[in-house]
Amino acid sequence: MDLFGQYVVNGLMLGTVYALVAVGFTLFFGVLDVIKFSHGDVLMVGAFTGFTAASGAAALGFSHPLAQLAATVVFALAGTAALGAAIARWLILPLKSAPRLNILLATLMLGTALRESVRLFYPDGSNPKAFPALLPTSSWQWGQFTLRADSSILVVTGVLVIVGLHLLINRTRLGLAIRAVAQDEETARTMGINYTLIVLVTFALGSSIAAVAGVMNGLYYNEINFGMGLLLGLIGFSAAIIGGLGNLYGAILGGFLFAALQMIGAVAMPFASAYKDVFAFAVVIALMAWKPTGLIPERASDRV
Amino acid sequence: MLNRFPPLAVAAAAVLAGMVFAIVFMEQESDVAVISLIAAAALAAWLAGRAGVAEAVSRAALASPGALSALVAAAGLGVVAAFAEDHFPLLMLATVMLYATVALGLNVQFGYAGVVNFAGAAFFGIGAYTSAKLVGSGVPAILSLPLGGLFAALVGLALVVPVVRTRGHYAAVVTIAFAVLFKTFLEVNDAFGGPQGLPVAAMNVLGWDFGDAPTLFGADASFYLNYALAAFALLALAFTLVRRLERSWLGLALDAVRLDETGAACYGIGIRRNKIFAFVLGNAIIGVAGALYGCMQGYVAPTSFTFSDGLILVAIVLLGGMGSPWGMILAAAIVVVLPEKLQAIQEYRFLLFSAVVIAILLFRPSGLLPRRVRRYFPEGGR
Repeated sequence: MDLFGQYVVNGLMLGTVYALVAVGFTLFFGVLDVIKFSHGDVLMVGAFTGFTAASGAAALGFSHPLAQLAATVVFALAGTAALGAAIARWLILPLKSAPRLNILLATLMLGTALRESVRLFYPDGSNPKAFPALLPTSSWQWGQFTLRADSSILVVTGVLVIVGLHLLINRTRLGLAIRAVAQDEETARTMGINYTLIVLVTFALGSSIAAVAGVMNGLYYNEINFGMGLLLGLIGFSAAIIGGLGNLYGAILGGFLFAALQMIGAVAMPFASAYKDVFAFAVVIALMAWKPTGLIPERASDRV
Repeated sequence: MLNRFPPLAVAAAAVLAGMVFAIVFMEQESDVAVISLIAAAALAAWLAGRAGVAEAVSRAALASPGALSALVAAAGLGVVAAFAEDHFPLLMLATVMLYATVALGLNVQFGYAGVVNFAGAAFFGIGAYTSAKLVGSGVPAILSLPLGGLFAALVGLALVVPVVRTRGHYAAVVTIAFAVLFKTFLEVNDAFGGPQGLPVAAMNVLGWDFGDAPTLFGADASFYLNYALAAFALLALAFTLVRRLERSWLGLALDAVRLDETGAACYGIGIRRNKIFAFVLGNAIIGVAGALYGCMQGYVAPTSFTFSDGLILVAIVLLGGMGSPWGMILAAAIVVVLPEKLQAIQEYRFLLFSAVVIAILLFRPSGLLPRRVRRYFPEGGR
């Protein structure tokens, strides 16, 4: 039972991270009908920006973990928001009318470029970095089951971010504009919505959510490296797809489902736990065969 | 200004120039020489385009496709012969030809039928691991190549249902998931050597030992010459097959499926049947190339067949121009040879490579040698 509990907490943590990444994919797909595959590497850039900010704050004499944490979050969010908007402005909007495959490949290549840039130009970038433990390290004990304070804080933060995003999309004027652009670009323009601005804001928003996931990942594992974004991006994309693109709830469902699959593959299956990713991705393929447009399908009509 | 010369003569001159350039380029060691040669080639290509060489070549290709293909094939053999004694250039040439073969397989899948496949490297790896397992256990090498293709096609069959049922981004996730799954599986499975991989015995076809250095006109050649020749034969075979396919009614049906599924279905073209056909055939071609690649490398390891390698293969197809077999060969040559020759930028090659691909997608989205619109009446001139 205690071991089961640990797996559940671990799975919730992973699921939150995956859901945060998947939400970005689904937001971008919503407004522009494109997949921005560099998302995972933007996450990695966010984690590295946060790491740099934390080290910088420490070097400037802010020794309190909360001050460092604030610097980490502020710089990571701002940096990735700017990066996301820049990618949208100079790579994705110019390619908007190109074939889907071209956009997919261009953003994949951009992801490679970001990854390689960090590896080559960040000081000692090819080695993993030890992310500082900025959260309280205390833990609660119930019998054999230990609940760490840091992982609970991370899960709660992730859930709050998701709830906040939900409220932003559904309750504010900005969210209304985003939904309008997602539904119909031309009508949105004629209603006086600044299309380009909304697209850029959406990309900034999605990218900074990825940065939250990146920092969470760094705080949880206490390690970041230049290649961390690739697999997280692939998983986030798979999660967004199995949930159903363009749907916030689909992305969240997909993220937690993928984490659950990994946990099931690690514990409940007769094969060795090293096969957990093989199992999870195999189930993703099977799900695509069963529900070709995701668990919560887009409402779209076929052009005939 | 070139109109005074017969198109075939202009084409022959262009092919000869290309061959000489390839030989000179491969011989260069210093970065300055390599970079100035690249600049010269770009300038020459631009001038040739202005002077109407491209037009003459395409007219020659229309008038006598067989002659032009033979010319290019002879030039390719000429380049191979020029390096008959050097290991490294031969290995590079053979790799180019195998990558071009893989690109041809992918071309059938998404150039013709519109079926996206990001797992090219995985199917390539299935071929390579098949030959590693088979050649080691005493199966004749001549069988291991077709078996590599067969096995890749069979594994691909497992993906057929999701690939055929999904579209667009949903289809992309199927092959992306498979690419990640395949590499992870190889790393954790002991039967396939785990992360270290497996050694592959040298091929031996009917008493012709590929590990032995052949003697050419009295001089000892490199043993890679065997593999380069085999790769050349494979590429020629795949190229002929793909060209024949494109010109046949099968290719016409595939084009129709890619361009308009609804329209194609209205004319009674089976969407699923055609997509399955293209996916399986493409994987088979990729698997055969992979089987030869495994033998040539002498070992197979999961790191050669990652998702990123699959991306490089997709980049070759887009760079060459989707649906254009000649473009595949040119793009494969550029993508394989350039990073190897520019040793100074070895460390930065992935960064530069991705920047170049992004630039091409932004400024020349149809690729280097875009596919021409299908001609339905070949006898009519311009």
